[in-house]
Amino acid sequence: MPLTVSLFGQLSDITGSNIIEVENVIDTNSLINNIKERFPLIKDNKFAVAVDKKIIRENTLLTEQSLVALLPPFSGG
Amino acid sequence: MINSERYHRQMILPGMGIEGQQKLSNAKVLVIGAGGLGCPVLQYLAAAGTGKLGIVDDDLVSLSNLHRQVLYSVADIGKSKATSAASKLEALNPDIEIIPYPFRLTNQNALDTISGYDIVVDGSDNFGTRYMVNDACVILGKPLVYGAISKFEGQMTVFNMPGKDGQSGVNYRDLFPVPPGEMEVPNCEDAGVLGVLPGIIGASMANEVLKIIIGFGVVSTGKLLTFNALTNSTYEFILGDHSDDYIVPGNVDAFMQANYDWNCALPGAGEIAGKDFFKMLQNPGVMVIDVRNRGELPIVSRFKHVNIPLDELADRATEFTHAETLIFFCKSGQRSRQAAGLINEKFRDGKLIYSLRGGLNGLDQQL
Repeated sequence: MPLTVSLFGQLSDITGSNIIEVENVIDTNSLINNIKERFPLIKDNKFAVAVDKKIIRENTLLTEQSLVALLPPFSGG
Repeated sequence: MINSERYHRQMILPGMGIEGQQKLSNAKVLVIGAGGLGCPVLQYLAAAGTGKLGIVDDDLVSLSNLHRQVLYSVADIGKSKATSAASKLEALNPDIEIIPYPFRLTNQNALDTISGYDIVVDGSDNFGTRYMVNDACVILGKPLVYGAISKFEGQMTVFNMPGKDGQSGVNYRDLFPVPPGEMEVPNCEDAGVLGVLPGIIGASMANEVLKIIIGFGVVSTGKLLTFNALTNSTYEFILGDHSDDYIVPGNVDAFMQANYDWNCALPGAGEIAGKDFFKMLQNPGVMVIDVRNRGELPIVSRFKHVNIPLDELADRATEFTHAETLIFFCKSGQRSRQAAGLINEKFRDGKLIYSLRGGLNGLDQQL
């Protein structure tokens, strides 16, 4: 079962979609590495990571049901 | 003396009354940035009877602001946003005090400016100001109503909200500990923004200010709200606890000495503006490069230049071999700074490399 990842702001410009699916990842670190390999431009971006709508700071184990979101900062006003 | 006719429709609300209106009348709110977000925040706070409103903005009104910065009209073009906004708001509500600060907020003047207010609203348009305002609010213990937008999406929350236990709520650095790198995130000028989006996010920010002042409802602290104007999808992300991953300058001295202007720090390359730019054009060996995409408006005919879009620059760097001085420009000065940084890395000390500060927008304001 692939995991669904929501992307916000300029990250979705890089992937071409605001939702992507990622297979075979056990935690947030492996998920982010997987996404960076598929979309190398994401490497240059800073973003916050949320699992099940909670911002996390440390590597977090994922289940098939986990909802992951990547949120970059916006500067516009 | 409260004008009960003006405020009647909100004074009859449960939880408001004359007491709530009096709290508003006593409140002092500083709005940083009188742009897309600042305009609706200011309008609603002035209309609601906020006793003292400060407006910080060093920018001038331009035609390309008018699709989203709804306080201004054509007659304001070229005038200070802070003073233009103040005169519009005085006409809307002469019973409140409105103070324009038509200068750029820096770490040298921020603490003085902010300390006279109870609540700070950040509607600025750059990361340097956002991190500096956050740190100032942490040092001074002021709640910070935060909103930010990009293209069709917005973020909103209240940072540094004092809790009942005396502890401050999470701040901007708990969410984004480290500022993004040079040009990582495009601004409204380079990425575009739907005009109504800052209206929606800004009205929501004004709502948070009112809830903090009056003390009713639930303030959006500890959670980041996001909104997508194309899909109407909204999310709430729980922000958790304070992070250990960052350092806010711990005292006034450290704050005053911190470097918040990293956006302008271009090692080896510099920025030039207006007069110096035109002077430099007279020098021999100067090459001027437009790094905007082909066909981007306005068309520039005032000075000689070549067009090499930013994403082709690295491959075409050999075209600069014979020039002694390179000056890059774009619409706002953001992409050209990126270009100057990129090319400077290629040539190191071999050339003088500049970016036109403020881009074509900046030149327009001076001519």
